[in-house]
Amino acid sequence: MLNLRRGADRGARVVFLLSSLLSAAVLLGILAFLLFYGVRTFREASPLGFLFGTQWNPDAYGEPEFGLVPLLLGSFLTTLLALLIAIPFGIASAVFVSERLKGWVRVTVKTLVELFAGFPSVVLGFFGLVVLAPFIGHLFHVAFGLNLLNAGLLLGFMALPTIISVSEDALRVVPHSYREAACALGATPWITATRIVLPAARSGILAAVMLGFGRAVGETMVVLMVAGNAPIIPHSPFDPVRTITSTIAIELGESSFNTTHFYSLFALGFVLFLIALGTNFLAESLIKREKRSFTL
Amino acid sequence: MSGNRAGLTAVPARGLFLKRSRFAGNRGFLVLALPLALFLVFIGYMFVYLFHNGLGVVSWRFLTQPPVNGMTQGGIWPCIVGTVLVAFVSLVFSVPVGILSAIYLSEYAANNFVTRGIRSSVRSLAGIPSIVYGLFGVALFVNAFHLGLSILASGLTLGLMNLPWIIATSEEGINAIPGSFREGALALGATKWEAIRHNVLPYAFPGMLTGALLAVARTLGETAPILFTGVTYYTRNLPHSFMQKFMALPYHLFALATQHDQIMKVRPLAFGTAIVLLVFVLALDALAFVIRMRVATANRWQV
Repeated sequence: MLNLRRGADRGARVVFLLSSLLSAAVLLGILAFLLFYGVRTFREASPLGFLFGTQWNPDAYGEPEFGLVPLLLGSFLTTLLALLIAIPFGIASAVFVSERLKGWVRVTVKTLVELFAGFPSVVLGFFGLVVLAPFIGHLFHVAFGLNLLNAGLLLGFMALPTIISVSEDALRVVPHSYREAACALGATPWITATRIVLPAARSGILAAVMLGFGRAVGETMVVLMVAGNAPIIPHSPFDPVRTITSTIAIELGESSFNTTHFYSLFALGFVLFLIALGTNFLAESLIKREKRSFTL
Repeated sequence: MSGNRAGLTAVPARGLFLKRSRFAGNRGFLVLALPLALFLVFIGYMFVYLFHNGLGVVSWRFLTQPPVNGMTQGGIWPCIVGTVLVAFVSLVFSVPVGILSAIYLSEYAANNFVTRGIRSSVRSLAGIPSIVYGLFGVALFVNAFHLGLSILASGLTLGLMNLPWIIATSEEGINAIPGSFREGALALGATKWEAIRHNVLPYAFPGMLTGALLAVARTLGETAPILFTGVTYYTRNLPHSFMQKFMALPYHLFALATQHDQIMKVRPLAFGTAIVLLVFVLALDALAFVIRMRVATANRWQV
């Protein structure tokens, strides 16, 4: 009987370990498949042409081109615009929530923000299509409201909940003694918040910005629906852009298996994977650094 | 936050900090409140706009009929069925695996490089874009496992995407159980597994349920991972096996909004689909929050 119980105990431990190893296996699996399929792009296209080419035209008869630049630029420009909105909005909101709100108001606001993080992106894209696009067209007298500006605005809203909640966590980690010391020196709560607490939480807030960046750069449906999707290098916020994510979404369906076009989309996926992994890694080390700086 | 706010704002304006500030008092906070207010107003406006335009379309017939006449009329019943089936498959995969991993990470894992590797994999997985999961699903489930374009392939892809969320929330639920619960069982001669099974898991259950509900709520709205693993524009009949293609609410909305050849004619249907999807997501979120609140107020083991 005792042996049976011990056996069950050991067995359980092995099962738990194996399931948690699955996560690591999935991560490695994603990496392996992206690499395995992605490198096949270079049987036909040159790696330099992929990295520095300024034309993305994989369907062209005779001479297809696989230039990453316009797509990467599309991803980065939409994300940049998104962060331009989401960083000031997000940090301001986080400071307000963490330093000023209490009790049920605080819980309600945080809940609403968290709920919006799970908002279906396809619905947000639809809203951009039917409301924001005509609005932008009307406001700036441009014929076409599906452009860089529209995508950037919506991605800003998508990144906002991430930035607010991670920054708010970072501000909450700042020890109470900092605030008490500032008060004791005669600082108002406003001064305490902006000159003491905010600078103390800077690495955590930078982490929030990184995570917001990751969220925006990886978003597919919103940009697919509102960015206009022309794979060209944009010259103004009113030009349509095509991001890496929307290129995969558009072309995976129309490229047939075992063609260079099909494999090139996995190469794009690999680029996204690296961006996401790098962003995550940076954010993680920044959060760790903030926590460490407060332990005596 | 600080309970002594009232007393300290009254400190004379001779303080070192005060002179340098344009906002001598706390008026600055009003400026900070503005972005948050704008954000909440934007969300509110979006809900009002979508429901205002969509509610007229939603009827019992809309919910229970398949699309007819080239999707310009009829309802969204096959999309609801498809979405529910895919969410079901994803949960059947991710909930057990997620909970088992969470038990390992919170109860067994030593602080060594294996554990750090697992933890950092879980966090990395949470940050990977959904379209990359879609690519992986195509490569692994559709091609390598020969599942084809099917509910199963889509569900498993979404399950992989869910996994890090389920692990994180389950671990939180398990960590909330005080150590004394385990120690009591161990002191009576229980093995570690018995202590976990009888004294930890039953109490961690509401927390884990909350996490699973929030994960499904997110899964329902995901479009990118199912785009190439099995979702389709139109099916004549309801799926009768997990190996078939399916229709889904988020993709149906995308198709009606951008792919249909009579976009303006089907716009009301798109609004209807959007609010049905939103109601699904919100209902699950609300359920999760109700459970969380009840657990928080019960607070049975706080000494």
